[in-house]
Amino acid sequence: MSWDDDYLSPDYGEDAEIASSFRPVPGGATAYFERAQAGVIRSLVSQIAELVSADSTAAAAAVDSDDLEAQLGLSSHAEPPDDPVLARLLPDGYPDDPEASAEFRRYTEESLRSAKAASAQAVLASLPPGGGQVRLSEPECQQWLRSLNDVRLALGVRLGITDENEDLTERFAAEDPRSAYIWVYQWLAYLQDSLIEALS
Amino acid sequence: MGTAPVEVQQPITGQDTALDVPWVTVVWNDPVNLMNYVTYVFQKVFGYPKAKAEKLMLDVHHKGKAVVSSGAREAMERDAETLHGYGLWATVSHDS
Repeated sequence: MSWDDDYLSPDYGEDAEIASSFRPVPGGATAYFERAQAGVIRSLVSQIAELVSADSTAAAAAVDSDDLEAQLGLSSHAEPPDDPVLARLLPDGYPDDPEASAEFRRYTEESLRSAKAASAQAVLASLPPGGGQVRLSEPECQQWLRSLNDVRLALGVRLGITDENEDLTERFAAEDPRSAYIWVYQWLAYLQDSLIEALS
Repeated sequence: MGTAPVEVQQPITGQDTALDVPWVTVVWNDPVNLMNYVTYVFQKVFGYPKAKAEKLMLDVHHKGKAVVSSGAREAMERDAETLHGYGLWATVSHDS
């Protein structure tokens, strides 16, 4: 995540109309997004898509020499990612066994990266840059849920959120660019919650 | 959903796959995932009734982790992968 988005202004969070949320419709859910809201979501989701795709290409190139591995979708990834956000999105499979985790990663990481990239692309495809009324099918709702969750996990790591009970509004000084993202983080929780309720 | 887990189960990674000692999928607490999202995922992934999914979610929340499925190692690895797809923090262990 980067903190240089143009979409956020200091008093943006005070706008009551900003709290858009999903409501159920037959076969899916719908929500209205202002242009700025769509911009924030698209920017963050794009960053996740780039992050999970970034060294997938390198991994694909690495297995090019071994056609069978490529065909089986095996990745050359054996170590947990250095980036803490990626490490949270692509966690170890075994709590205390690096060897088993490496093997698990080899068999699962590539498809997990692809799935997360696909969810991100589904959000980008259904959310116009200019905002507006968005109507999602049930499968699209599923991809939005996962993608919004990935964004929140990433923000959680970047904002250093370790305690759900912490008063996040006092975490950063007002002039700290991360303070705006605390609000985004909370808004996305509200949005995700409304989508879950719409599907329930 | 709270503080970090403190206790880690020791996995057994040898060839010991005795049928009466199944493998388990464990979901760990984390401060970001919403409680109703975790419940929703347990219902969706495992087909658990809402009451069971909620109980497991509360176990994760209050105890730091919960066993959400058990069986053959390969099946548990598939469950963990599916849960990673939803962003839950899942691991595989040998039930001991």
